[in-house]
Amino acid sequence: MSHHRPLRPWRFALVLLVLVALWPAAARAQEGDDADAGCAFTKREAIEANGGPLGSAIWGRLCQVREGKPSYPEGVEITVSQGEEEVGSATTGADGVFVIEIPGNGTYEVSLDVETLPKGFSLTDADRSTLGNVRVNLGDQQAAFRLGEDTRGQRDFSDYATTFAKGLRLGLIIAVAAVGLSLVYGVTGLINFAHAELVTFGAIVAFALSDAGVPFWLAVALAVVAGGALGLANDRLLWRPLRRRNMALISQMVVSIGLSIAARNIFQIVFGPNSRRYVAAAGQRESAYGPFRLTTNDLLIMGISVAVLVALTVLLRRTRLGTAIRATADNQDLAASSGIAVDRIISIVWIICGALAALGGILYGLSVTVKYDMGFILLLSLFAAVVLGGLGNAYGAVLGAIVIGVVQEMSGLFIDTAYKFVVALLVLILVLLIRPQGILGSRERFG
Amino acid sequence: MADDPLASVEPRAGVPKPDPILVVDGVQRRYGGLVAVDVDHLEVQRGVITSLIGPNGAGKTTFFNLLCGFDKPDAGRWTFRGDHVEGTSPHVLARKGMVRTFQLTKTLGRMTVLDNMLLAGRDQRGESAVRGLVRGTWKGQEAELEAKAHDLLVRFKLDAKAGDYAAGLSGGQRKLLEMARALMTDPALVMLDEPMAGVNPALTQSLLGHVTALRDEGMSVLFVEHDMDVIMTISDWVVCMAEGRVIAEGRPADIAGNAEVIEAYLGIDHGGSVSGEIR
Amino acid sequence: MSWISVFALALQTAVGFQGASYALAATGLNLQFGYTGLSNFGHVGFLMMGAYGMAIASDRGWSIWVGLALGIGAAVLLGLALGIPTLRLRADYLSVVTIATAEILRLVANARPSAPVTGASRGIGGLSESLGFFRPNFFPEGKYGIGNSFLFSSRQLWSMVVAWSCVLVVTLLVRAWVRSPWGRVLRAIREDEDAARALGKNVVVFKLQSFVIGGSIGALAGALIALDAGSVNPGRWIAPLTFALYTVVILGGAGTVWGPVVGAVTYWFLLDFVDGALNNLWFDVSDTTAGAVRLALMGVGLMLLMIYRPQGILGSKEEMLASGR
Repeated sequence: MSHHRPLRPWRFALVLLVLVALWPAAARAQEGDDADAGCAFTKREAIEANGGPLGSAIWGRLCQVREGKPSYPEGVEITVSQGEEEVGSATTGADGVFVIEIPGNGTYEVSLDVETLPKGFSLTDADRSTLGNVRVNLGDQQAAFRLGEDTRGQRDFSDYATTFAKGLRLGLIIAVAAVGLSLVYGVTGLINFAHAELVTFGAIVAFALSDAGVPFWLAVALAVVAGGALGLANDRLLWRPLRRRNMALISQMVVSIGLSIAARNIFQIVFGPNSRRYVAAAGQRESAYGPFRLTTNDLLIMGISVAVLVALTVLLRRTRLGTAIRATADNQDLAASSGIAVDRIISIVWIICGALAALGGILYGLSVTVKYDMGFILLLSLFAAVVLGGLGNAYGAVLGAIVIGVVQEMSGLFIDTAYKFVVALLVLILVLLIRPQGILGSRERFG
Repeated sequence: MADDPLASVEPRAGVPKPDPILVVDGVQRRYGGLVAVDVDHLEVQRGVITSLIGPNGAGKTTFFNLLCGFDKPDAGRWTFRGDHVEGTSPHVLARKGMVRTFQLTKTLGRMTVLDNMLLAGRDQRGESAVRGLVRGTWKGQEAELEAKAHDLLVRFKLDAKAGDYAAGLSGGQRKLLEMARALMTDPALVMLDEPMAGVNPALTQSLLGHVTALRDEGMSVLFVEHDMDVIMTISDWVVCMAEGRVIAEGRPADIAGNAEVIEAYLGIDHGGSVSGEIR
Repeated sequence: MSWISVFALALQTAVGFQGASYALAATGLNLQFGYTGLSNFGHVGFLMMGAYGMAIASDRGWSIWVGLALGIGAAVLLGLALGIPTLRLRADYLSVVTIATAEILRLVANARPSAPVTGASRGIGGLSESLGFFRPNFFPEGKYGIGNSFLFSSRQLWSMVVAWSCVLVVTLLVRAWVRSPWGRVLRAIREDEDAARALGKNVVVFKLQSFVIGGSIGALAGALIALDAGSVNPGRWIAPLTFALYTVVILGGAGTVWGPVVGAVTYWFLLDFVDGALNNLWFDVSDTTAGAVRLALMGVGLMLLMIYRPQGILGSKEEMLASGR
């Protein structure tokens, strides 16, 4: 926020250019065929094929619809592993069935060796040759690989619209989570790596409360308050004393790394290493809103994000507090000399930062799952958003977040989804090359 | 001075000089809608002390930063020793003989006073990453630089501190170190950004002595200063800026009586409001 | 496990290959961060270049020297590609761009379509056989060491000797560098790059040199890690490794010649000792919890170190006080 300039049309043009480049030239509407015809497989059929009870096992049948009839690939190698270790493997028979014994309940990785697929067979989605997170809770579990023609590139307009909307949703979540990072940078110059853990904190507190029976909306409200309190504690107990010592910013950055590592691992000890799902995230179904297929949660997430971001803008633009925050970000000495209590403003910014990060974490948790390192995983997107928009510029962070979110989701439609995050980061690096100060940042000044 | 090269120069803004080292044309720097610097024409005479004065917010420091390459102008051209140097990086300007100091001294705290001095030596062979590894290639030059640094430190009364970290120096000593360090680069034009700011009166006298000595050794000096008394005693020529423009030029006596200058100073100081200097 | 063996095992890690490889990687980071003040938070990306250089050479049947050249060449290119656009900018940008780039590289290596080159998530194995890293090993089969715990196999001893030799050579090289006028400019840039600029130093070029040399040292460390492990997979090259290297640099003393060596040995000793101690005192914790406790302690340790002893073990208090600005 070092410098506020009116938005210029060409800045929007740049953003639009990125979006247009990713938009399909022409959206082809085509019917997807029913790939499942005749390929369904049940446990009873598995037991039958196995010639007896399955025991502790991961099982399944490879099946592809060819010329309208199901056909089964033979001799395909399937491997089950846990962590780095291989647990077992099997080769499919003429009926396409595989059964692999496992030591017991747990989470496994099941991979299909694509090289061994006979001619004419292929995975629908080439990325899904490994099912990374197969959870076995009741002794045995089916592992389903989808075979059939790759239908990517045959999507209709609704797919593009929906993906765009999901990208917008992700972007808004990133914006809510990142705006605090940008504000804190604006008033203190600190790039706070431990911001990620403020995000996780909110999600975990909301989970714990709702798990203990507190109604979800109340759990969210309490978690946001707790996040604000944690933000305040961060400033009072750690960063303010360090500022008083005149600690160099680069050293403060290293301290924040230490804090981030410590907090993340404490979360792992307390919350456990597994990801969990909010009750409120269960049973969501997509309905059509025009060309967009979205769940109620999607709409809620976007609505809440927009409301919060608008409220923040009003706070920054229209209130005395907002003016004081902007003045402090602009020039601390000048702000102090014109009677602004800089330390108090910084504390308030930390409260806002903690509360928004917590809310961002909850919204992110609602759209995926809650995990001890979810914030850390999101951190690069947050950094990308903040830098893309212009370090320290809160509005820039919002714009940057939306670009990052949309680019990330949309790119999955055109290139391998494994690269979608890569594309977002490449966009960041490209923007820095063309416009080092970010989309809305002001030109670097020396002296 | 016995034979004042500026004796026949008329005291008016933008006046040509007999032997200019620096010639500025149409330099502008804008921030948003605000014009911070708008200098039409200015010549700085070789071998004299020129001071740049003006009230807070007059754009002196911005102008100064533009000239040294630390900021980029929106428009304008200028020459230094006859070469066009607009858009030139600060380090290239330094090698051409324009060296600057900073208003808030930039001594290198975690380096010794001697290392601060040695750093400034020109064309050091050991600054190549390859030759740096072979001590033999730069040992001789290093010894010469050390001798030169020692002489300068003696002159600035810092020789006793040579082995200390520069961060341990007092504010005044840092100013001296910065000036001594600048001389290590064998400059033709020394640019001093408010060298007397925040310095006690005794040290001010000593600093003034050093500045005069620079001129007497044939260097040109351009310095930004706020304090009128300082300027009047040592300047050969004074340039006054207000609201980004050069409003008057002349010998100290001409400036002291210039109505526009007085108005510029009073106009801003009147009412005692703080006008944030644009940096 | 007895306390003596806890101690012996920790010492074994510290003076063994682990300690040496971290010392080497941290030496590169120390040149960048400790001497030049560059906040490279993607150092792991450079290590990865070295490791994959070896892995790809092994996969294609090329020699170990081609692998080394490949890795270091890639690190130089990476350093230039990252440095040229970002070193002109404020330090903050470098930190964000480097951490992002390291993550991009890891994700690209991990992605399935990259399998023909990087082996995707499975990585590439069988390095030691095809590259013949252990072929010149002159230590006869057997156990070397003292007592029952402080023991190295012949292969471990070989890795360790090679790695510590590299550390020695590189450290002496860095020592010559930082004592030269070249090193003086780096330190000046760390203190205040505008001052260096005003004195005629082409700051961007010096920063770029430091960045590329430091990155190449990182790549050498990565190559050794790959050779010792015999395999390379993307799961290893994550940001926390960079953070661990920061801990090593600061623990030993940022901007001191031997700091990374002292830091790496101390770091591994403490980490493994805490591990052993946790196992001894606290039987019922699962492995993942013990790992998390260890890392949490490392995080707290890094914070306390940076706050209360920023000069590390070797740095001088006086010099650190001088940095208060």
